[in-house]
Amino acid sequence: MADMPSAAIHIHGLRKRYGSGDTAVDALKDVNMRVAPGEVVGLIGPSGSGKSTLLKCLGAVIEPTAGRMELGGRCIYDGGWQIPDLRALRRDSIGFVFQAPYLIPFLDVTDNVALLPMLAGRPNAEARQRALELLQALDVGHRAKAQPSELSGGEQQRVSIARALVNRPPVILADEPTAPLDSERALAVVRILNQMATQFSTAIIVVTHDEKIIPTFKRIYQIRDGRTCEEAGEGRAV
Amino acid sequence: MISLAGRDILHAWPKFVLTGFGLGLLIGVTLSMAGIYRGMVDDARALLNNSGADLWVVQQDTQGPYAESSSLHDDVVRSLQGLPGVARAANVTYLTMQVRFDSGDVRAMVVGFEPGQPGEPSYLVAGRQITRSHYEAVADVRTGLALGQRIRIRRHDYTVVGLTRRMVSSGGDPMVFIPLKDAQEAQFLKDNDSIVNDRARTAANPGLNRPGVPGLLDAITASQASNHNVNAVLVQVASGQDPEAVAAPIRRWKHLEAYTRAQMEEILIAKLIATSAKQIGMFLVILAIVSAAIVAFIIYTMTLGKIREIAVLKLIGTRNGTIAGMILQQALGLGLIGFVVGKVAATTWAPIFPKYVLLEPGDAVRGFVIVMAICALASTLAIRAALKVDPAEAIGG
Repeated sequence: MADMPSAAIHIHGLRKRYGSGDTAVDALKDVNMRVAPGEVVGLIGPSGSGKSTLLKCLGAVIEPTAGRMELGGRCIYDGGWQIPDLRALRRDSIGFVFQAPYLIPFLDVTDNVALLPMLAGRPNAEARQRALELLQALDVGHRAKAQPSELSGGEQQRVSIARALVNRPPVILADEPTAPLDSERALAVVRILNQMATQFSTAIIVVTHDEKIIPTFKRIYQIRDGRTCEEAGEGRAV
Repeated sequence: MISLAGRDILHAWPKFVLTGFGLGLLIGVTLSMAGIYRGMVDDARALLNNSGADLWVVQQDTQGPYAESSSLHDDVVRSLQGLPGVARAANVTYLTMQVRFDSGDVRAMVVGFEPGQPGEPSYLVAGRQITRSHYEAVADVRTGLALGQRIRIRRHDYTVVGLTRRMVSSGGDPMVFIPLKDAQEAQFLKDNDSIVNDRARTAANPGLNRPGVPGLLDAITASQASNHNVNAVLVQVASGQDPEAVAAPIRRWKHLEAYTRAQMEEILIAKLIATSAKQIGMFLVILAIVSAAIVAFIIYTMTLGKIREIAVLKLIGTRNGTIAGMILQQALGLGLIGFVVGKVAATTWAPIFPKYVLLEPGDAVRGFVIVMAICALASTLAIRAALKVDPAEAIGG
């Protein structure tokens, strides 16, 4: 292990059991995963295979049953949570991109992105400045004052990526981020994720069923019956 | 940190304003109910103030003249005028009735008074005081009567020569002032058939119609057709005199009841309008519960409509306190809009009410605090629902 490059995400022997006794269901049986900083990996698998459960465990919203998880070189779970404030962990160390953008409808684009640094205690002006820079980088700077309902689907997804990145987390968890988009926009989102991963050294796990984007990953984790296996991806340029 | 509640309100302001308007009308009704109670108390105080009396002397063992009927001989006043500490004393009669005029009638309290004495309307807004002994009247403006208008009280017509204001009974009926003698007659006047009948019965009674006693029958008949009773004597005590000290010998030696201002206020407010006050109090409690239920329902529904956003907010690290604060501020914002609308509405429609509605600033402040407290209380249901939202709901699967 000593000569291995440091991992932004390192999961070892992760298990998650729902319920108990005869009704117990093992959603995750033995999950192992390693993602380097700046790397984008795909997580695929059939419905009910445990993808979302894994994402929720990684996102510190449900507690695994056993195993070990490290995020950004910090152990967050080892048979029990190692971090007292999971809310702060989610805010500062994990970015989320959802299938639907889930932008806050009563905040404009800038404040949707700036909300996270504000929640982290950054001054409003600094938070907005950081949000604007990211929005510019994601090519939606011109919609900074728009309401989410005024944006196209692709623009909304880019704003949600900006929101995930704004606190410079070491990890982004993307749950079917291209599902509602057409091929062109889906590939554009993947391109952006790759750029951002490289630019900010962020490890990104993309859960997807989308056949259009699966060939773009260099590494893919397939999850089946609660167990992961690593596959080499095509790594097709986008 | 930006105000999430403020942004949400601005984003959905038509919904907030319309909801606040509806709530405001309810709050307006609540404020008006409180105003009606205050108006009743103020009417009672105005009645006492306008009488110009320090003591009300009434029939023994009664709480007259406003709460119970009271009847005194009109010569009692002379014995009171001679008592130490009494500056002035005057007879008054009170009779609540329908006063008729050309195009209809109006419910009013007819007051019989002696001009220049306690009981006289203290000020006029138009016209003059009564100067003739009979058939002139001064009316409160709320009767709707005008100067020179002819009104009918029992069998006599009166001309309105003066108008006064805020002269009302404890029940809020406007007053019509007429000369005492006319009022005494009006209060006990029998109809013609009854008078003829009484005369025949008296004449047929050999004990009252004795042969050889000329004038006896006429005297008895005359006494039956006239009235020398009044309802109360209003007493003003001399400067520096304690009304209670003046009242004590009246109770002890004159075998009459004498009430001071404080005692009369107690009778009017604590007894006469107590049932109405309880009635209004019940309405206020019900309206408060209805308001709370409406605010709770609205805020709860609005919160349920934002479950996904709340889940996202919790997932990205928003504190529970921030989310609870957002819902609480929205509830308070709704209450604020509702209160402003309610206050404006109550102030606007208060003059239209047939009875006096007194909207006191103190009640408005108390109402505001209660509305805010109710809104805060009502938001707890929505806050509980929001805090139960699992951030995992933001992630599919």
